[in-house]
Order: sequence, then C-alpha cells, then structure tokens
Amino acid sequence: MVPELGHLVLILALLVSAALFVLPLLGAQLRSLPLMLSARSLASGQFVLIAVAFGCLSWAFIHDDFSVAYVANHSNSLMPVYYKVSAVWGGHEGSLLLWILMLSGWTFAITLFSKALPIDLQSRVLAVMGFIATGFLMFILFTSNPFDRILPLAALEGSDLNPLLQDPGLIFHPPLLYMGYVGFSVVFAFAIAALLTGKLDSAWARWSRPWATTAWAFLTIGLALGSWWAYYELGWGGWWFWDPVENAAFMPWLVGTALIHSLAVTEKRGLFKSWTILLAIFTFSLSLLGTFLVRSGVLTSVHAFANDPERGLFILVFLAVVVGGSLLLFAVRAPVVKSAPGFTLLSRETLLLANNALLVVSMLTVLFGTLFPLVADALKLGKYSVGAPYFNLTFLPFMVLICLLMGIAPSSRWKRTEVGPVRRTVMAPLTLSLVLALVVPWLLGDLTLGMALATFLGSWVTLTTLKDLWLKSANKNGRAKGLKQLSLSYYGMVIAHLGIALAVFGVCFTSHYSDEQKLRMDVGKPVEVAGYQFTLERLDEIRGPNYLADQATVTMKKEDRVLRVLQPQKRRYLAGGQIMTEVAIDPGFTRDVYIAMGDKIDADSWAMRVHYKAFVRWIWLAALMMAAGGFLAIIDKRYRKRAAAPQVGVSSMTQKGAV
Amino acid sequence: MGRLKLFVPLIALLILLPLFYVGLSLDPNSMPSALVGNPVPEFELPMLEDDTKIIRSDDLKGEVALLNIWATWCFACKAEHPYLVRLAKQEGVKIIGINYRDERAPAQKWLKELHNPYQYSLFDKEGRLGLDLGVTGAPETYVIDRQGIVRYRHIGVVDERVWQETLKPLYQSLSAN
Repeated sequence: MVPELGHLVLILALLVSAALFVLPLLGAQLRSLPLMLSARSLASGQFVLIAVAFGCLSWAFIHDDFSVAYVANHSNSLMPVYYKVSAVWGGHEGSLLLWILMLSGWTFAITLFSKALPIDLQSRVLAVMGFIATGFLMFILFTSNPFDRILPLAALEGSDLNPLLQDPGLIFHPPLLYMGYVGFSVVFAFAIAALLTGKLDSAWARWSRPWATTAWAFLTIGLALGSWWAYYELGWGGWWFWDPVENAAFMPWLVGTALIHSLAVTEKRGLFKSWTILLAIFTFSLSLLGTFLVRSGVLTSVHAFANDPERGLFILVFLAVVVGGSLLLFAVRAPVVKSAPGFTLLSRETLLLANNALLVVSMLTVLFGTLFPLVADALKLGKYSVGAPYFNLTFLPFMVLICLLMGIAPSSRWKRTEVGPVRRTVMAPLTLSLVLALVVPWLLGDLTLGMALATFLGSWVTLTTLKDLWLKSANKNGRAKGLKQLSLSYYGMVIAHLGIALAVFGVCFTSHYSDEQKLRMDVGKPVEVAGYQFTLERLDEIRGPNYLADQATVTMKKEDRVLRVLQPQKRRYLAGGQIMTEVAIDPGFTRDVYIAMGDKIDADSWAMRVHYKAFVRWIWLAALMMAAGGFLAIIDKRYRKRAAAPQVGVSSMTQKGAV
Repeated sequence: MGRLKLFVPLIALLILLPLFYVGLSLDPNSMPSALVGNPVPEFELPMLEDDTKIIRSDDLKGEVALLNIWATWCFACKAEHPYLVRLAKQEGVKIIGINYRDERAPAQKWLKELHNPYQYSLFDKEGRLGLDLGVTGAPETYVIDRQGIVRYRHIGVVDERVWQETLKPLYQSLSAN
C-alpha cells in the first residue's frame, strides 16, 4: 500500500507544481493578487507532497519491500538500516526523487525567506521553480518511477546496493551535492523573473547573492565529500579523476564561483548586469547538463549508470526548453550597455571581470574535454577518451592566473585604483612568497620549478590576504576594535581565499611528494615504505553483515615505535559476489598512510599497495574552509535588512572591503 | 550590434543540441571490444549440468550462437531469463550459457525452476573465461559465428528491442552464410 501511496502523492505533486508554474505567472500578468498569492501555498503544498513520497520510498527500503523493483535492485535484507536509508538515493530513480525533494525544499525556502520581495517578483520566481519541478516530476513519473512493482513475481531477496555505495561518505555526498546543484535553480529563477519583469537592479543582485553563495557552499562540500569518498573507497589513492561525472559537478562550481563574484559587482556598482544574468543561467544550465550527461549514459564514467536513451531524450528535450528558452529570453530582454563603463583599467571591477573571464574560460576547457568524446563520436571522427593530462595541462594555467589576481583584488578599490598603493601593499608579501617558494620545497626534500611555483602561489594568496586583513583592521581605537568592525562577509572572503591557498598547497604537494609501493607482505616479515616499517602480523577471515572478508592486520612503526595498527580488508559481498577493497588509513595533518590489499599470493602472504600521501588532507580541509567562508558571508546582517534599502548607491568607500 | 551579441550563447546551444541528440543513440560502452573479430579465448570448463563433461573452445565452432553470461546472484539475469527461454523455444535460437562466478547447486536449481534456454551452460566458477572475455557485469551477450569468432558484444539485458533491432539481424545474416 505504501508504495502506491507514494506514487499517488507524486502524481498530486505534479499537478500542484504545474499549478505553481501557471497560476502565479498568470497572476503577475493580470495583476491579480489572489493568483499571485497562491504561489506561496502551492510551493508549501508541493514540498509536503514530495516529502511524503520520499518518506514512502524510504519506508519501502526500511521494510525490505522487494516487490518494488527499485528496492529489489538496490537493497538487501542483510544491509544495515543506515545503508538501507541511503540506498534510497543509491540508484537512478531514487536520486532523481532526492533531486526533486531538494528542489521543492529550495522552493519552500524561498517562500520563507523572501517575504520582503515585491509580490509580482516573488510569484514569478516561484513560478519558474514550479516549471522546473513540473519537468522533473514528469521525468520521474513517465520514465523512472521508483514505485514500480514487480508483481506477481516479487523478488524474495534484494540484489543488494552496489558495495561501492555502502559507505558513510555516500550517505552524505549526494544530498549535499544536490543541495548545491539544485540550489542554483533559485538564482536561475531570480534571473528569469528579473528578465520577465525587466527590473534588473542592485536589489535583484542583493536578493540573489545569499542564495548563490549558499548553493555554492553546499556544492563545495558535496564535491569535497565525493573526492574524499573516491580516495578511500575506490582504493587506488587518487582524489580527483577528471571523470565526466566529476566534471559535471565541477563545471557548475566554476561558473558558480564566477557568479558569486559577479553578483558582488552588480550589487555594489550596478554593473555587469547582463553578464551576471548570463552566469546565473549558465550555472543552472550546467547543473542540468550534468544531470543529462550522468543520467542518459551518453558518456562512460566510473559512475556507471544504466544507459537508457528514452530517459536521455526526455532530459535533452527538457534541457533544450529550459536553457534554450532562458537564453532566448536573455537575448531579447537583457539590457545592452551603451554608457561608458565608469571604471578604469586598474580597479576592482576590472580585476573581478578578469576573475570571471578566467573562471568561465577554464570551465569551457573542462566542458570541451568532457564533451569531446561525445562530439567526436557524433561527428563520426572516431572514439576518443580525454584523460587527466589534457585537463591538467589546460586547467592549471588558468588557476595560476586566478591566484595571482586573488592577491591584488581584495585590496583594490572600486572605480579606480592607484598603482602606487597596490605596489606598496603587495611588496612585502611578494618578497616573502618568493623566498618561501625556494625554501619550502627545499625543506620538503625536492626543489623543482613546479613546486616552487605552487609554493609561491599558495604563499602569495595567503600573505596578501592576511596583509589586507591587517590593513583593514587598523583602527585608532586598537586592533581588536578594528577586527570587530569588519563585516562577516569580509571574513567569509578571507577564509575562502585562504582555503584556495590551502588547496594549492595540498594539490601540488600531494601530486609531487607522495609515494606508492606495490609489494609482497609475508606474515612476520617487515617491509619499509617512505621511512615507515610495516609488518603483516596476521591474516583473518571475518564475516560482516552482508559480506565475507579477508582481513590483514598490519602494524606501522617508525624507529621501532608502533604508530598504528592498520586493518585493510578484501570483501566479498554475498548478494552480488562483488569484490571490494577496503583500505586502511592512518590519517595525519601532513600525510596519510594508506594500505590496500591486492591479491592473495599464498596462505601467509598478500600483494599489498602502500601509499604515502603527502598533505592530501589539506585539499578537503581547503574545501571546508571555502564552504565555511560562504556560510559566514550569508549570515552577514546586511542581507537581513533588505526591506529597508531598496536601492543601494555607490557606497563602496564606507563599507570596507565588503565584497 | 549590441543586442546581436547577446544571441551568441543561444546559438552555441543550438549547435550543441543536435550533437547531444546524435550522441544519445550512440552507445559509449559499445567501445568495440578488443575481442570483436577475434576468436573466443581458449578455455576448458566443466558443463554446469554435468561436471564430468568438459567443454573446450573448439566445441563452440560449427554453429552461430549467442554466448550469454548469467548468474543466480544477478537480478537483471532473472529479468532477462524469460525472454531467453522464448527465444530458444519459439525462435530456435542457439544460446550457450556461461554461468559466471556462481555456485553449482543453486544454478542448477535456477534452471530447473525457470526453464533452461541454454543448449548447455559452462560452469565458470572462478570467472576465468569471463575475465578473458572482458566481462564487465552480468548479463552480457556475445554473438559468435560458425568459426567461433566473436562478432558482437551486448552489455546488459537482452529484450525484445535489443533482439529485434540489433542481435536478430546479425544472427540471421551470420546464419545465412
């Protein structure tokens, strides 16, 4: 009964979201207040219905209802209950339902936090959200219904969730990633509504900013979790593979980063309006494109999903309607700038525009690399696969330039910046970074040009950011007072930029100072890797809830002191027979030691892989800092006073560094 | 001129869309397996039904056949099974099973209960033959010709559409020669 209830509720949700699309839009056109007001209740109703449907699917998982095809394909009665819950989004249908749940959640959030918005704008924003929801609900109901039964021949036992997904990282990764992905739909809806009303002012940018930043922060965490999961679960020690599915989530992040910077200019200076609108459309379009690439199976990926052309076609048509429609609207309605720009070559506007250009171009190189195999295949040029060397070669130069700009932009001024003060500000950080660029790699044991450059960039961003903080917190009543006076959004920026510096260090040091050894381990015979001694103490066979495993117990020593006992496993899942490698990790701030079991050689020896991963944790820590910066920025109190100030003038000098 | 520039993103999209559309009908997994055009790898495996009988790669020669990878742990195989039975019973298609990484008793029971569409099944307990074939998962189906050469590889379930559109034309043209 419960799955039928879920199905029914989902159909009702489709009707409600169709109404949410049509009625408020009609109301805004006819200036009918009741029709416009209906948006709020429809949005709430839609959220409740979809939440109930999601609850029904979760119920079917928890109660092992294997007569539901989706449950039978992605669960198993032996699985622990928390994996049964996360299995809800372990496959195509369920993750689509999660997507829709997030979408309706964001829509509901708009009704909660945008009460101060003009009612016609509010109803248009919600109507756009309703349109997106209608499309996705039709998609799930017509092509991917998670509640389909396999009657009368119900399965007695489920075929288990893919063991790769039976992992705590996977409980949180998709929801957070989708929070970000889908969150950009709000900014998109604001952009479309603004184009429809023709009111593209600073107020519009100020309303959009917290939504964009929130979505961006969630996406950042989602990406970091995905990377972390790939690192320890796929068992080969990498943390980023330039896989099409990773790229699909990374591209909205890149453009989203450009968007949150460009929104700052539009809010503060009323400039780049069309560009900001375009970025808002791009960001969400890339989220949709990602959904298309992942869900249609047009590209091969480690995230192998069922290849279903029917589903692909549906998303493609939806993509064409949404993106094509919004780009057409943009082309017709976006303002054309005629007046002089009002800022000089060296100004914060120019620097942020350069940042935007670099981010968008770097996104385009990723897009090109991701789509090239598909395009080449479609044009009959042959089968290609584009790998990490391409991406590293094309992507990294842009990151170098972005880091260089990042050192100057925060201390620059709107409209016009003098060369003299900039030079004085950056001289000390520049000198110190150059020194560090030589000293740090030398201390780490290997001075190469690449490492020197990486250290320089990381130090440059860190030191210039701190110097800017130092200068801006100067106050005649003391430093503490000065620090207190700075806005939360400024601190958000500082933390996020320091996060970028940390990421530069982490990424470069990991790729250069790590070590990997494949070796044979015999019980009782110590081996040495990267200055540590490893001894295989014993081998056991153990039984988990839904798997059997060979487990090795390895002690890790340095100078005869036992640092840790590591227990990697080789698991065989009972339902599917899949073999999984569970790695054991000794985590550390400056390095991880990572052991994975390879193949059994004989009763007392195994082939093992031991990785020494230098500074790998800095990468994820960096992502957390960026996200924290984002969250800090949105709790800045000026977003809560939005009703008071409808139009912000050029007040850049008074609000110190608040970008 | 100013307004025209704003149409650039739309035009870019209009160029990309048809390519995506074409891309949809292409299968990225049909990376023509290295094996297509080559003989089935050498093997020597017991028959599932009778472990005293040993089947060798040469035994595959002589008739056009489908090689179908299946296992009792594979849920999609269960979904595919009735269609294979129909193909074997109604259309007389010759199907040889490869029972992949499975246990003998439940596999025999499966065939008894669900009908046996296979001429016989090879018992590939260790997955050796599967490994040599480059199997990525069950079910998978290979079309082999009279000389025992792999002509096509299909990943996933064989259903009415796959059979009618892809496998049947190939199977018939190979049989006709």
